[in-house]
Amino acid sequence: MEGRLDTSTTRKNGDSLFRTVTLLFACSIIAILLVMAGEMVTESLPSLRKFGWGFITGSDWDAVQGSFAALPYLYGSVVSSILAIGLATPLSVGTALFITELAPHKVGAVTASLVELLAAIPSVIYGLWGILVMTPWLQSTVEPFLIEHFGFLPFFRGAPYGVSMLAAVFILMIMIIPIVTSITKEVLLAVPPSQKEAAVALGATRWEMIRMAVLPYGRSGILGAVILGLGRAIGETMAVTMVIGNTPQISLSLLSPAYTMPSVIANEFAETTTKLHASALMEIGLILLVVTLAINFLARLLLWSVTRRWKGGVA
Amino acid sequence: MFSTIRRSILTLALLAAVTMAGQASAGTLINGAGATFPYPLYSKWFSEYAKIDPSVKFNYQSIGSGGGIKQITAGTVDFGASDKFLTDAELKAAPGKLIHIPTVMGAVVVTYNLPGVAKGLKLKSEDVADIFLGRITKWNDKRIADDNPGVVLPNEPIIVVHRSDGSGTTAIFTDYLSSVSPEWKGKVGMGASVKWPVGLGGKGNEGVAGQVKNTRNTIGYVELAYAFENKLPYATLRNKSGKFVEPSIRSTSAAAAGAAKHMPADYRISLVNQPGNDVYPIVGFTWLLVYEHQRDAAKGRKLVEFLKWELHKGQKLAAPLLYAPLPENVVHMVEKTIGTIK
Repeated sequence: MEGRLDTSTTRKNGDSLFRTVTLLFACSIIAILLVMAGEMVTESLPSLRKFGWGFITGSDWDAVQGSFAALPYLYGSVVSSILAIGLATPLSVGTALFITELAPHKVGAVTASLVELLAAIPSVIYGLWGILVMTPWLQSTVEPFLIEHFGFLPFFRGAPYGVSMLAAVFILMIMIIPIVTSITKEVLLAVPPSQKEAAVALGATRWEMIRMAVLPYGRSGILGAVILGLGRAIGETMAVTMVIGNTPQISLSLLSPAYTMPSVIANEFAETTTKLHASALMEIGLILLVVTLAINFLARLLLWSVTRRWKGGVA
Repeated sequence: MFSTIRRSILTLALLAAVTMAGQASAGTLINGAGATFPYPLYSKWFSEYAKIDPSVKFNYQSIGSGGGIKQITAGTVDFGASDKFLTDAELKAAPGKLIHIPTVMGAVVVTYNLPGVAKGLKLKSEDVADIFLGRITKWNDKRIADDNPGVVLPNEPIIVVHRSDGSGTTAIFTDYLSSVSPEWKGKVGMGASVKWPVGLGGKGNEGVAGQVKNTRNTIGYVELAYAFENKLPYATLRNKSGKFVEPSIRSTSAAAAGAAKHMPADYRISLVNQPGNDVYPIVGFTWLLVYEHQRDAAKGRKLVEFLKWELHKGQKLAAPLLYAPLPENVVHMVEKTIGTIK
């Protein structure tokens, strides 16, 4: 009798202990974020005070003269990430559909694990591959082709250097495909077979089944995957730094070199000597944080509106 | 269950105590941080020195010159290392008197990719500056062609490649450009990262070298050691005395030998564009930063012993690793300086 009572109190204690521990863990995440944000704001105060809004509207970055403005970096980050996700999404969704719906079981499993293998490659390896294999190929083959056939567009003007916005977009695309594909695959696997069977029973072809039963059900999940991919793309540093050419300029042409926010931080932070320079780099970090938050917020909004609109169709 | 936890905590505590005791008995640990450029040589020095005096252990973090200056100023390390000397303001910010101790010299070479010109392109210093300013834009410019009779130069645009990451290599190179071109000095200036008028940015020596290797008609700059190890073509530059000089260990050391006559007592001197017939013009010291008054006397003594070893025996290890050793006259000066550390 006494023994049983004892166990139950221990169990109760265990429960509350578990609760407290997990609560502490959850709080520590929030605390870390707040401390980081606070630290970044205090560290970037000198630059915030000196340049104000000019920091994100100007484009002069000169460490020797102590004049800093970040628009080219902001432009480079946003454009490269958005183009990369734009290219990666159809590829990833297509791959995931192939794995889950079309491929024979074994082929699908092999493809899936190969895609996941891509995710395990460190980004510096992608960067090295980019600089040794991809950019020479872009320079000798792809870019001359684009200039010759699409040179009338402002996006493909200029000389083929290899290192360029285009190279950054390609490398980012390759790097985010695994994450978007894996999540999309899981989302598609979660589609109830009854739903697919119903579509087939109604006489739908395989494409109609995918279009009417699978994709609407997975829409919000796929969007979530895309957002995670975008988050990864905008924060990617090493591989992009190695292939983008690191020139702070705003050019419509995808063939000209550009610069991103994480790249300039990685490039310059270790060797900053003036306080203002370090502070300006901190402010870039702060902008990166704000942009990431904004993207997440917009994505949630989009997700929310999409799920609401499609609720009827799914249920 | 609780007793298991208690037991494991006890074990952990015991383990921690043992490890800490182990560390304490290992002798003196000297911490340093700073420049990445001399890191391969320094780590060779530390491992060789461990055989001579096993009671001292060095821990060197190659975080970059800027970081080294910050850490020694904050007093979180026992010595700093830097490829650039401190400004008067930076010296004042330090809590004590910081001494610069030059260890070896490095050089920066101008590398290029010109089909048909495998090596030995000749360039005047002013022309190098004007290429990096975007003033000379074609390879067959008369100013380049005049120095290279008999060499077929293409009628192609020059593609400039520079370092994108802040680095001592860039600091030495821009120091050189500032010293040979008033326009560069006024418009761009010198620093670990500058606002480049033209060109593409590659990350690290390997980024610049890779870009130059892959792209025709490019010109860039890398460390001498990196260029030699990777067999990159390099330009022969005309020095202050009007002679074309190839980059080499000897022509690098010659820059400091020539500067010895007007060497300031604190060694804060730029070695670029020094006079002398056999002097290569893009050269710089790399320094260790040490406080004159050591807080920990025992540690200070060990550090001085190491510095003396490095200055004599250690110098012989420099050339095989493609660093230029200090010339004899500078060694004598530095020896006296090390003697002042208390």
